[in-house]
Amino acid sequence: MEILERIQAFVEEVPIVLFMKGDRMFPQCGFSGKSIQILEACGAEYETVNVLSDDQVRQGIKDYSSWPTVPQLYVAGQFVGGSDILTDLYESGDLQSIIDSVKGVEPQ
Amino acid sequence: MECNAIKEFIESRLAGAEAHVEGDGRHFEAKVICDQFAEKSLIQQHQLVYGVIKEEMANDSIHALSLKTFTQDAWRQANQ
Repeated sequence: MEILERIQAFVEEVPIVLFMKGDRMFPQCGFSGKSIQILEACGAEYETVNVLSDDQVRQGIKDYSSWPTVPQLYVAGQFVGGSDILTDLYESGDLQSIIDSVKGVEPQ
Repeated sequence: MECNAIKEFIESRLAGAEAHVEGDGRHFEAKVICDQFAEKSLIQQHQLVYGVIKEEMANDSIHALSLKTFTQDAWRQANQ
């Protein structure tokens, strides 16, 4: 299966996915670390993909979303944004409602 | 890379854009004012900017670029 199809299948299957450098225990860059903090603060149930462990994914994800950097958050198969946008959405409260709208998360 | 170089790339490649760029040589912050952002989502606005510096982002001469986007009106209001 071609890398873009693999990415599409994965983001459509897993409700909340963060493509990042490193993982939630050991983020390898400040922007990735910040995104983890934001997702934790939202109480999100999410999976992470370490783009540093697969060069095909590292380039493929940028082509898939035509977004040049990582981290990238996907919710219900949709690209939500990178570190900047996640911060803006978190501060406005929009990110919490996006995350709560996904099944598997009980509204508080 | 120099801030002025990024300002030049954005303003010459994104029609009608005005850019204010700060940075340390690898991590940059840019405020971009352009009426093309009207009626676009935040992501689409940022994709417009990233689209014109795709090469510089890919070859890591710009390692990180934080963006704040404005239409002309939004910029005027922000600076009253």
